[in-house]
Amino acid sequence: MEEIANLFAGFAVALQPFNIAVMILGIVLGVVIGVLPGLGGANGVAILLPLTFSMPPTSAIIMLSCIYWGALFGGAITSILFNIPGEPWSVATTFDGYPMAQQGKAAEALTAAFTSSFVGALFAVIMITLVAPLVASFALQFGPAEKFAVYFLAFCSFVGLSKEPPFKTIAAMMIGFALAAVGLDSITGQLRLTFGSTEMLNGFDFLIAVIGLFGLGEIFLTMEEGLNFKGGKAKIDLRVVLKTWKSLPRYWMTSLRSCVIGCWMGITPAGATPASFMSYGIAKRVSKQGKNFGKGEIEGVIAPETAAHAAGTAALLPMLSLGVPGSPTAAVLLGGLLIWGLQPGPMLFVEQKEFVWGLIASMYLGNLVGLIVVLTCVPLFAAILRVPFSIIAPLILVLCAIGAYSVHNSTFDVVMMLVFGVVGYALKKCNYPLAPLVLAIVLGDKAEEAFRQSLLGSQGSLGIFFSNGLVSTIMILGLIALFWSVISNGIARLRPAQPQAAQ
Amino acid sequence: MTARPSRHAGPSHKAVESGVTLTIGLLGAVVVYGSIKAGIGWGAEGPRAGFFPFYVGLFIIVSSAVNLWHTIRDDDGALFAEWGQLRQVFSVMIPTAIYVAVLPYSGLYLASMVFIAGFMRWLGKYQWPAIAAIALGMPIVTYLIFERWFLVPLPKGPIEHWLGL
Repeated sequence: MEEIANLFAGFAVALQPFNIAVMILGIVLGVVIGVLPGLGGANGVAILLPLTFSMPPTSAIIMLSCIYWGALFGGAITSILFNIPGEPWSVATTFDGYPMAQQGKAAEALTAAFTSSFVGALFAVIMITLVAPLVASFALQFGPAEKFAVYFLAFCSFVGLSKEPPFKTIAAMMIGFALAAVGLDSITGQLRLTFGSTEMLNGFDFLIAVIGLFGLGEIFLTMEEGLNFKGGKAKIDLRVVLKTWKSLPRYWMTSLRSCVIGCWMGITPAGATPASFMSYGIAKRVSKQGKNFGKGEIEGVIAPETAAHAAGTAALLPMLSLGVPGSPTAAVLLGGLLIWGLQPGPMLFVEQKEFVWGLIASMYLGNLVGLIVVLTCVPLFAAILRVPFSIIAPLILVLCAIGAYSVHNSTFDVVMMLVFGVVGYALKKCNYPLAPLVLAIVLGDKAEEAFRQSLLGSQGSLGIFFSNGLVSTIMILGLIALFWSVISNGIARLRPAQPQAAQ
Repeated sequence: MTARPSRHAGPSHKAVESGVTLTIGLLGAVVVYGSIKAGIGWGAEGPRAGFFPFYVGLFIIVSSAVNLWHTIRDDDGALFAEWGQLRQVFSVMIPTAIYVAVLPYSGLYLASMVFIAGFMRWLGKYQWPAIAAIALGMPIVTYLIFERWFLVPLPKGPIEHWLGL
């Protein structure tokens, strides 16, 4: 029951007028970010991070997390209206959302998408409220070996669950680890991999990497399609909203299933994108209207949106309770914590109660505010897309440069941002996943520290990672995740009658 | 890079991806070399500084080798991109590179104004009044939001110093 009391204290924090203002600002900025090509949740939050340096940490995290919720909502608008997924996790929403819009049912599709997003997020926040304190208090007993095992599990899940080829995921991840290793070694204080360059003394900041890889890289990709970006109009009236809401309870089973899939995929760092595809695939197989999927079935909008938003929200659970972010955006938020002088991880629940519960309370309120904002302002946000790309693109590039510069007030970082942008474009084109690269830059030093401390304790024997029940369980889960595609192929081969899992 | 004799010509995916994979492998080799220089053995405080990155570098080399093999084996003759598409990508990449290179000397505001104006004129073919409105308006709004309201300093050049901002 202590959690309930803490949560109410959190609401008291989140409901302060300044925090509510910051929340609404964050949501609106977030939706704009979600709608615009080249500005996703992760790099949108990274660019706006410097704006929060002068704020109290609680208001800062409320604003940034609300940008994230806004971006999650915003992705649905472009998918449904224009068949352009603003974010990777809304790709699955286009399958049925766009056909619905073409049949003149755009308002229904949007209402269903926003409402499902809200339901998914709410489910995940309730889960966080109940589970996060338990996980955190459990994790307080972790030694270095257990800590490393958690990182191991996180990275193995990437390899096993991402849709990119496993060796490309490993290569991307290891590039991240290598970049994280550059500079001062935190244990021995020795310089490494700098090759005499003074700029590389401090290593690579992942915020710069995020802005370059996701921001500039995405703009370059969009440029391939040319500047002919065509927008449209959209309107939602209250009558349609109420009518759609009346029909939604019929799909409670799809919603619940998508919530669970989303939460699971969000906690293991697979993220919102595979969650939305998986949820769509399962709904298609299970639903009675399964064969109508892809032709404008409302259930095909509900399933991916619920799962994507649940996953996006659930990604904050390991970030808060273990210090291991479940998605690139969660990683950027974690970077924010470090800048504001807070140490992410289980101690946060002990030392920074006001901060943690203020954030959790703001998740409830932020998503409610988000739902209201998007339902009422769709025409406005859709209008943004009618601004031609030849105006939007230079503005976004300038914003990226400002964001990259203001992290450390360094113009060298702006150059690095461009390098990361070009690299991001090349890697994306060659089907390398970027999320593990970014997470490895964030977690590299910590994972290495945990690994070396464990080895120090065991005099160099790898047996330490299987020395007790807890650490062995986590490591074995990691190995299962690592070889998951091999294992699931094996199971599928044993049961040839089973239909293939839909992508 | 061989141009394929098809209606839409461009560099082949296989060639570009092989190049990217080899570059990554080379990066792995650099990491291994740097780690060995930093020491990969066991020192007084346990594993030395190069211990962890050494294995990271090895992983990069091995996975790149596998990726290279897959790239060559799975070649389906697809294009990386058409030349026209690449030209469009470079029409953004090159101005951005110039913008980034000039920015430390001119300050953010002047460089951004010229960059936005040039982009709109060259790629968007806009009329000058529209260009002026956006190219001047955006940096001014940026100045107000970042420097005035949120107290984040941005790079300034000679003109800002002359104006005393």
